[in-house]
Amino acid sequence: MAKIHVTTTINGEPMEYLCEPDDTMLDALRGPLGLTGSKEGCASGDCGACSITVDDRLVCSCLMLAAEAEGHELRTIEGMADGERLHPLQQKFLEQAALQCGICTSGMLVASDALLRKNPDPSEEEVRFWLAGNLCRCTGYDKIVRAVLDAAAEMREATREAAQ
Amino acid sequence: MADIRYLAPRTLDEAIGAFAAAGSAARILAGGTDLLVQVRSGIVKPGVIVDIKKISEMTEIAETADGGFRIGAAASGMALAEHPRFGKVWPGVLEAVNLIGSKQVQGRASAGGNLCNGSPAGDSVPAMIAAGAIVTVQGPDGRREMKVEEVPAGPGRTNLKPGEILVSFVLPPRAPGSGDAYLRMIPRTEMDIAVVGLGVSLTLENGVCTAARVGLGAVAPTALLVEAAGAALIGSKLDDAALEKAAEACRSACRPIDDKRGTIAYRVKTAGVLLKRTAAIAAQRATGK
Repeated sequence: MAKIHVTTTINGEPMEYLCEPDDTMLDALRGPLGLTGSKEGCASGDCGACSITVDDRLVCSCLMLAAEAEGHELRTIEGMADGERLHPLQQKFLEQAALQCGICTSGMLVASDALLRKNPDPSEEEVRFWLAGNLCRCTGYDKIVRAVLDAAAEMREATREAAQ
Repeated sequence: MADIRYLAPRTLDEAIGAFAAAGSAARILAGGTDLLVQVRSGIVKPGVIVDIKKISEMTEIAETADGGFRIGAAASGMALAEHPRFGKVWPGVLEAVNLIGSKQVQGRASAGGNLCNGSPAGDSVPAMIAAGAIVTVQGPDGRREMKVEEVPAGPGRTNLKPGEILVSFVLPPRAPGSGDAYLRMIPRTEMDIAVVGLGVSLTLENGVCTAARVGLGAVAPTALLVEAAGAALIGSKLDDAALEKAAEACRSACRPIDDKRGTIAYRVKTAGVLLKRTAAIAAQRATGK
């Protein structure tokens, strides 16, 4: 069976790869594309560790075929930091110990980023509902939720300062 | 490596040709949140996967000239949530669609997939039934329309003919004073499968109910239109007697199973409770309060 040739955009860069018809996007990211920041937890869309965005919509890359990426714009955890400079969400996760084993972390960050792009000032409840599809078996979630709220506050402050 | 083929046709005619030619080995891919799990776990071994999301009609959400909505079968729940008008006109349908899975799942999962997956507990189905949605299906013999409640045939089965594809839902225009709502009972607070799901759509004129439809899910092999419940509300001021009569109609319609999420007795009782609660929310929305 011939492989499928896919042309897409990942973290703003044009990318091409070959995939099998039943490869998932997560298979392609972690395999030929070498973007191993997205993790495989459950492979059934329950845990959110493989979260990416496709045309700004948050999805589980394990529930998408690699062939489906043709012509779309994807963002993964690798596109989050600006070179050596961490994204405020990443910085707050570190400062507030919002991770332990780290398996869920890239999915948590990608999902939190997707939330803050839609809603820069979410309530705690909104953060908890939004992150309900990201499972963490270490932290008990409190530190993650606090880190997201603090990062959101800092980003709003930065936006205000930039506007002045 | 199984010999699966992936096709992403640009037109409905191409999709129907490919789907019909592949016969029972073909599967339609909309959001994939059910299909890809079934493929990975070996429940389904498709020879051909037909991705319908490159066909614009399949993902479009459009207001029709008469004030109704046409929703492409593969439009995601998140796309419906982001639509500027849909949630204002059909808040109950939107809340049902947005109870399906996590935000990640909503980024892909569609009402069309929810219907065609054939789960008796699919959340969007009772709300679509209450809304009076009509679906368009197209196959090798052309297009036809069906009432949404006629689509499910039983757990995992639909009444679509071989080679037919669900194309879109049409929701009718709204009379002034109309509102809809969907509630489900689950053992946890989020991200679970309905023990009972219930949708109500109704219209009030001077406090009197002039139209009402009730869709009931997770208590029978398919989601149901409970005509007697709607009839009990019509003509009333949604007083306690009318609501109890409608609740009794819902309880009578239940043919549930016992499972780890709920017993038969619990599901039957809950169906009546949900009728009253859901009707109250729909009425509140209808009166704009």
